[in-house]
Amino acid sequence: MDTFVIHLLNALLYASVLFLIAGGLSLIYGVMRIVNLAHGNIYAVGAYTTAWAVGRVLGGAPTVVLYALLPIGAVAAAALGAVLEPTLLRPLYKRAEEYQLLITFGLLLILEDLLRFIWGPYPLSVSALYENPGSLSIGESIYPTYNLAVIVVGGIAAAALWAFVYKTKFGVILRATSQNKRMASALGVNVNRVYVQAFTLGCFMAGLAGAIIVPQQGAVLGMGVDALILAFVVVVIGGLGSLEGALLGALMVGVVREFGIAFFPEIELAVLYLMAAIVLLIRPAGLFGRA
Amino acid sequence: MNTLAAPPRRLLLFVAPVVLLLLVLPSLVEPYETVLLSYGLIFAIAALGFNLLLGYTGLLSFGHSAYFGMGAYGVAFIVKYLKITSMEVFLLGGILASTLVAALFGFLCVRYTRIFFGILTLALSQVLWSLAFKFFWITGGTDGLRVPTPSLLGGQVTMALGKGQDKMDFLAHRYYYYVLVIFCVSVAVMWVIVHSPFGKALQAIRDNETRAEFVGVQVWHYRYVAFLVSGAYTGLAGALWVPLNGLTTPDILVWTFSGKIVFFTVLGGFQTFFGPIIGAVVFNYLETYAVGHTVYWQLVLGVVLVVLVLALPAGIVGTTSRLAGRLRRAA
Repeated sequence: MDTFVIHLLNALLYASVLFLIAGGLSLIYGVMRIVNLAHGNIYAVGAYTTAWAVGRVLGGAPTVVLYALLPIGAVAAAALGAVLEPTLLRPLYKRAEEYQLLITFGLLLILEDLLRFIWGPYPLSVSALYENPGSLSIGESIYPTYNLAVIVVGGIAAAALWAFVYKTKFGVILRATSQNKRMASALGVNVNRVYVQAFTLGCFMAGLAGAIIVPQQGAVLGMGVDALILAFVVVVIGGLGSLEGALLGALMVGVVREFGIAFFPEIELAVLYLMAAIVLLIRPAGLFGRA
Repeated sequence: MNTLAAPPRRLLLFVAPVVLLLLVLPSLVEPYETVLLSYGLIFAIAALGFNLLLGYTGLLSFGHSAYFGMGAYGVAFIVKYLKITSMEVFLLGGILASTLVAALFGFLCVRYTRIFFGILTLALSQVLWSLAFKFFWITGGTDGLRVPTPSLLGGQVTMALGKGQDKMDFLAHRYYYYVLVIFCVSVAVMWVIVHSPFGKALQAIRDNETRAEFVGVQVWHYRYVAFLVSGAYTGLAGALWVPLNGLTTPDILVWTFSGKIVFFTVLGGFQTFFGPIIGAVVFNYLETYAVGHTVYWQLVLGVVLVVLVLALPAGIVGTTSRLAGRLRRAA
């Protein structure tokens, strides 16, 4: 029973991080119809920035300050997004979507090497933040408190995003632009501004995912590409452009992955991709998507 | 009327000197250069196959690493389980393996177009990658599988034949000519395919699916066959590639390798027949140069790709022919 609870908590942990990444990817697709292949690298930028910032001030600073520094990765990712959208993506909206995929693929290659250039080839870690909160006992087993904090952050982020998209004026504008860009534009919405805001928000979420998971996993090269593929599975299952779908997809992938690693490690990844392929075959637009 | 569209004479004037140069090349340059060019020609075969889907049918696959990888792993399995090292068997096995996978994946994918087609091909190719990665007792995992130098032409040409020949010599001469011949045949066959009624139907589908359907083209059927041919071409490239590399690893099944195939094609220009060929050869030099000179080679490639998409979307061949056309008109 204890082991089951721990597996479940781990599944929720994966799901929280995956939701943040995939939710951002989906939001960007939903509004701008762009599949951002560099999204995983944005997540890596968040992880690296946080690891670097916390590592710089680690000596002597009180722990509270360090935890307050965590979101800096999300801010850095958002700033990067705010620069990238107008410079690289905006010229391409009128072109065939092949080019949009290609430019984000180019961006993936560039960001991958920029991370190596700035922070070197070795992993960065801030495991002190992970170890400091200690652990809780669940029955006879123990579980790191930090993991629970990540799950809570994931939950809060999902709720905040839902409130933002469905309960604020900006959310209405966002959804209107997503449904009909020309109509929104005709009604006086500054579409360019909405696009840059949506892209920035999506990058912020990815960066936040990187920032909160880095104390547990560290920042390594290649983490972005790995995360992107899982995020792809999530959005394909849930439906590209749907936040509810991203939540459900993240939960499904989190559970299958955790129990897959425990019970059928050889085909754990294959099962995930097959799940995505099967969903695409039955419902091409995903469980929550609109074709 | 000639049913097989013969290439226009002007084109032959361009192609003949190039083929001649390729024929005499091994006696002009270092073996290293010849081997490097062999890689380029092999990637060009993959790009030709890929472009039948992108350029002629209008489907962007982000999963062509699957067929390249199946070609390579098919060969490696022949060596591992059947202990055969004949190149002809390799080619047959590689093409068969990749076509089988293309038959399965294509069946699932060609119902979709645009972004869904791209993502589905990507997801399915990743299934193969994860299997190659995890089933290490069959595939060797990340260590990969070794493939020895094969014998060519039914065992008539082997490495031991020439006195004192080492592997590099074999690859730079005999194997180079072998690749060159297959490359030329592949180009000729692809030329016939895209200029046949079948190829015209594909282009009709690309330009207007609904109209093509009304004219009587069975869209699904044509797309499926194009997918199969494309997969077989890419598999052939994989089978040719693996003896040259001597080793196959899961790296060639990862989706970023599919991204490279897309890169070749766009670099050369996917709206032209020869674009993918030029793109693959140029990309191969570019990558080798970048990898040799800096650890930040991905950065170089990424910047090239971004500049290409923003400034030269027609690619090398497309841009050159447009410039040439403008000059001719001005003259």
